[in-house]
Order: sequence, then structure tokens, then C-alpha cells
Amino acid sequence: MNPTRRKFLRTGGSLGALALAVAGGLVRPEDAFAQQWNKAAFDAKSVADVLKALGGSGSTESKDIVFDAPDIAENGAVVPISIESKIPGTRSIAILIEKNPFTLSADFQIPAGTDPFVGTRVKMAETSKVYAVVNAGGKYFHAAKEIKVTIGGCGG
Amino acid sequence: MPDPMRIRASMAGDKVEVKVLMAHDEETGQRKDPTGKPVPAHFIQNVTVTHAGKTVLSAQWGTSISRNPFLHFRFKGGKPGEKVVITWVDNKGETRTDEATIAGGG
Repeated sequence: MNPTRRKFLRTGGSLGALALAVAGGLVRPEDAFAQQWNKAAFDAKSVADVLKALGGSGSTESKDIVFDAPDIAENGAVVPISIESKIPGTRSIAILIEKNPFTLSADFQIPAGTDPFVGTRVKMAETSKVYAVVNAGGKYFHAAKEIKVTIGGCGG
Repeated sequence: MPDPMRIRASMAGDKVEVKVLMAHDEETGQRKDPTGKPVPAHFIQNVTVTHAGKTVLSAQWGTSISRNPFLHFRFKGGKPGEKVVITWVDNKGETRTDEATIAGGG
């Protein structure tokens, strides 16, 4: 068995199933494990701590990151957010919700050929600034938008 | 076996536009059941989308993605009739892979 495959199969836990998908030829190993789940980043409780866990040493505010999200979310359990980055060389887009129990909501990697655009729906515990953090050319950029929440959606 | 994803992939100009609705409870681990016990966290951690064997999007998610996750993105290089394959893996190791054929038009 080639050493790469052996290492993957030993990983187990939440990556075990993905390892099987790799072994089954469904997903190429370099694609499946290109980005492991960053526990430190998902456990962080502040924007600064998430950035640090993602390997950033600071972030510059940018007007070239565009949010499409409501000013007021009627239901904090389902807040639609779309982010488009106009920064050249965008490689990843992360969504951070400042007042949530855990700040980092999602981290998307954008390969060449894919639009630097993502849309999803998130839970917000309360009114909060939502940050889009973009990695372009190895540097971090961000934009923030406050979204008011009338009914909190984290279930706590 | 988790419920299937609903995937819509269609041409929008020269790009493939993909909208996905995944079936998943996305439990944060903070909610309590009627007896007061916390419901354990159960959420999708990794998402990978491929087309012609190449990754066109990958993502790591936390517990604050909404129940029955929605995902919307666009990529170049796909043509009608080709397939987009999406895989998710959650924190319990459960996984689901579904594919959709790119529709023409746009």
C-alpha cells in the first residue's frame, strides 16, 4: 500500500469516511486532504483568534469584498449570506460571526477557475458584526457588516 | 444512510452555477433536549466539490451553518451533460456523496 494511502487510512475519526472515499477512487487524496478541519480556528472565540489560527498576522479592511445579506434577520437560525471578493488572487473566503459562541462559521477554498463567490445560510445567536475574511496572494483582507437579529438562532 | 442532497447545476454564461441543499440536522451541541440533556453536536465538517476529477470548491464548516445547509457557487470549465460531484463528511464520520448533471441553457 502506498505510504500516502496508509497514512490516510490511519487518520480515522471524522476523516475516516473521507479516507474510504479516497481509497475508493471517489476523491483524489491531494484534494481530500488539501484542507483538514482546523480545530483551533473553529474553537476560537474572537475574530483575532480565528485569524491567528488560520495563520494570519493581521487583516486589512477592503472595499472589494461585497456582502449580500439582510440588514435585519427575522430568524437567527437561517440568515442568508453571500460574499463576493473582487480582490485578485482570492484563494479563500471565511465567514466569521463575532457574537456567536464560536466565531468561525465556514472557510471556503477557491481554486483557480472558480468564482471567488460563496452563498450559504448561517445561524446567528444575536445581533452581530459578520466578517468576510479573504486570503488573496497570502495576505488577509476583510469586510464587515452588522446584521440585526430579532430571534437568536444558535439553540442555546 | 443520510438523505440525499438536492443539487442544481446549470450553465450561466460560460460558468456553471451550482445550488445545493444538503439534508443535515447541524446540531450545535448547545441545544438541550426535553429532559435538559445537551443534544450532542452533529454537523458537517468538510465539503468537497469536484468536476472531471478536479476540486472546484472545498470547505470546512463549524456548527453555525444552518440546518439543511445551503450552498451556492460558480465555476468555469463545465459543460452541459458533465457531472458535478459533491461529498460531505460530518463530525461523526458520516458521509454522503451525490452528483448532478450540468443542465444546458443560460
